[in-house]
Amino acid sequence: MTNEQLIEHLSNAYPDAVAKIGIQYPEIIVGKEMLHAFMLKLKSDPTLAFDYLVCEGGVDYPTYMQVVYHLESTTHKHFLVVKCNTENRETPALDTVSDIWPTAEFHEREIFDLMGIVFNNHHDLRRLFLDDSWGFPLRKDYKDDIHVVER
Amino acid sequence: MALEKYDFTPITQSIHEGLISNMSPLLTTIVEWTIIGVIYLLFVAVFGLLLVYVERKVCAAFQQRMGPMRVGPWGLLQTIADFIKLLMKELITPKSVDKFLYNLAPFIVIIVPFLTISVIPFGPGLQALDFDIGIFFVTAVSSVGVIGVLLAGWASNNKYSLIGGMRSGAQIVSYELSVGMSLITMVILAGTMQVSQIVALQRDGWFLFKGHIPAIIAFFVFVIAGTAETNRGPFDLAEAESELTAGFHTEYSGIKFAFFFLAEYINLFIVSAMATIVFLGGWMPFHFGSWEGFNGVMDLIPGIIWFFAKVFGIIFLIMWFKWTFPRLRIDQILTLEWKYLLPINLFNILLMATVVLLGWHW
Amino acid sequence: MAEIIEKLVTTDEIKADEYLVNMGPQHPSTHGVLRLLLKLEGEIVHNVDPHVGYIHSGIEKMTEALSYPQLIHLTDRMDYLSSHMNNEAVCLCIENALQVEVPERVKYIRTIFDELQRLASHQLWWCASGMDLGALTAFFYGLRDREDILDIFEETCGARLTLNYSVPGGVMFDLHPNFQRRVKDFIKKFKKKIPEYDTLLTGNVIFQERSKGVGILSKEDAIAFGVTGPTGRASGFSCDIRKHHPYSAYPLVNFNEAMGSDGDTFTRWKVRMDEMWESISIIEQLIDNIPEGDYAVKMKGVIKLPEGEFYQRVETARGEFGVFIVSDGKKNPYRVKFRSPGFSNLFAINHIAKGWKIADLVAIMATFDLVIPDIDR
Repeated sequence: MTNEQLIEHLSNAYPDAVAKIGIQYPEIIVGKEMLHAFMLKLKSDPTLAFDYLVCEGGVDYPTYMQVVYHLESTTHKHFLVVKCNTENRETPALDTVSDIWPTAEFHEREIFDLMGIVFNNHHDLRRLFLDDSWGFPLRKDYKDDIHVVER
Repeated sequence: MALEKYDFTPITQSIHEGLISNMSPLLTTIVEWTIIGVIYLLFVAVFGLLLVYVERKVCAAFQQRMGPMRVGPWGLLQTIADFIKLLMKELITPKSVDKFLYNLAPFIVIIVPFLTISVIPFGPGLQALDFDIGIFFVTAVSSVGVIGVLLAGWASNNKYSLIGGMRSGAQIVSYELSVGMSLITMVILAGTMQVSQIVALQRDGWFLFKGHIPAIIAFFVFVIAGTAETNRGPFDLAEAESELTAGFHTEYSGIKFAFFFLAEYINLFIVSAMATIVFLGGWMPFHFGSWEGFNGVMDLIPGIIWFFAKVFGIIFLIMWFKWTFPRLRIDQILTLEWKYLLPINLFNILLMATVVLLGWHW
Repeated sequence: MAEIIEKLVTTDEIKADEYLVNMGPQHPSTHGVLRLLLKLEGEIVHNVDPHVGYIHSGIEKMTEALSYPQLIHLTDRMDYLSSHMNNEAVCLCIENALQVEVPERVKYIRTIFDELQRLASHQLWWCASGMDLGALTAFFYGLRDREDILDIFEETCGARLTLNYSVPGGVMFDLHPNFQRRVKDFIKKFKKKIPEYDTLLTGNVIFQERSKGVGILSKEDAIAFGVTGPTGRASGFSCDIRKHHPYSAYPLVNFNEAMGSDGDTFTRWKVRMDEMWESISIIEQLIDNIPEGDYAVKMKGVIKLPEGEFYQRVETARGEFGVFIVSDGKKNPYRVKFRSPGFSNLFAINHIAKGWKIADLVAIMATFDLVIPDIDR
């Protein structure tokens, strides 16, 4: 589908989500309650068929945290950016999508390690790069006298 | 015959006479044993170092580089320098090894080549022990080496060493079968197990040519199995440095490591020497039936030089294998032995027996 | 002790005849500092648990304090064997965000450098993999030929490995006058070498026994795990960014996407050898026609991206590399995320190595062609 058709299809199916054509790709922001069901539909619906999770990254905003998913369909060749915000920055938690795309298991471990976002129902949420006593370096308020040099 | 010109028997006889006339027979025997022991020790030491140098130069030639060039002219003193370095290293013993077995393993591994060298004839009259079951003795004694390898793997208290030791043990035990059976094939052709007789029987042609097809098959199998016996070449999974760091001798350092290292190269020499003796005539020059003129020319080169030339030829072949082929996996190594080499060997023994009985050989 | 073991391994318990062996972080064949915790039963691998982070330098955090031209220099330390392609990814992202059109000459130069670096990277992969499998001589042959490419790089940009040649708007210096002639000489020489490599390894019976049928990655698994690059293409997953979303001078060249269908170690090997032929073909099509012109467009002194999010994908020697920049209009980016190919490729190994032996694991790792700083960033 083209970008416009995609946005129309998704807006009709999910009126709660905010869908628009971004600068490069169509973007849709979904709430955290419907995240898992939405992602499942994206993969299993034959007209959408988003089977390739390209990238999953976390972004730290002043009042909430956001996880950005870049999805592509290998059969229909369309691309979609999905964003989901957590409620707050103190206890950020989202549902995992690692049962839908196995690669997400490790992307989510990295996000948990570096930003502290907990993924519910993830079967092995361990830290990936750093050891357990480290803080969460990618947060904007991360203070570390030894390892971070402030200009 | 010109062969007698280079025979060492008069020399050894005169030494024996000289000793007997001065001392009691018991003392003479002890002195002779000591002399032979010292000569063999020196030979093993020098030859081991030389083989390491040869390997490095051959390897460099295949890889289009020069190899050791700085220490001594053409790098000749390189191995000596390495050996001195190994002697001076600290012997690090990990804390929880089985001390007795850990220290015993390198000694078992280095003693075996010494035992086997004693029956090898380096030239006419240069053979320390001449049993009438010489070939059998060699195969029997070389089996003891496995114990050293297994002990090293087990006693190191290291999972990598254990895996390496087990792999190596399985491999050596399997390939001993092929080595033994190809030797038996040639014993059938020779009719005797006595090493000096086997060499003398090749006076009018080497067994490789006299025995034509079965001998050639046996030669191929022997070279492959011999390479596998010494953990070399495409069969060096036990010490594959890209997988298990150093395999069963990971935990050894200094002189103990030097023993393993040296033993591997002397074993290589022994495999080549056995191949030379039973297939290529030992120290016998290249004679062609009864062409007296040709044989006379060939005899001008001393037997001892013939022997070493042939041994180095086979050593070069085995080194060529190592530096060209990738490594086989352990189950592929064992499959090769049990499913391919063993049936070929059995068939070959039958073939050779038929050939000998019907007289279809030269 | 039991709790430590439980934490180290995943939620499966260890059975009585299994044992844990550590492969790495210092190990000759993991191609970098990677620690694999293997659960073995005898020789058979039951579970591979990669522990990464030994070379984690916090590149993504560092970029938040740097300006855009400065952060380009960090990217070529990640996958250092495809450093020019990483640099190009960030430059393209910035140029697309600012709607800057680079001259044709720049596109040709960048593509030729990309393909030369792809050749150098596949050369290094070939010789290191040969060494892992035991053919130690292969290492020297591969490096000998790679030296020519590195000398060409050094003549133009002064560096052999981490090139730092692309900047937003173009390239840093113009090509050296010898460049064209040297590249053509190199291509002529190199075309004779690849058949030599094929004879030495690809056609060797021992090698084929070690790699045919080993470690099969199916197409669905490749897509599910996000395995891209030659590793994914060998399973039938058509993912070449140069073909699907071409950038720089790729729309102007004709080449085939090297694909396989079996997904085993041998097919991954063949796909990389085929890719080398394709790279040579691309360079031949471009080297004679480099247009004259500027080698860079004048950009502002201080580069500020407009507010928004930008994503750029390029095809490195290992797979799809993505740069995701979140900008709030200032001169430092708000957040930069790098989608590295090695990260997704690595975690597919556990899935395909179950049931094979340690020696096969080494062969699988060799053909996955991992560069660990790419994974750890």
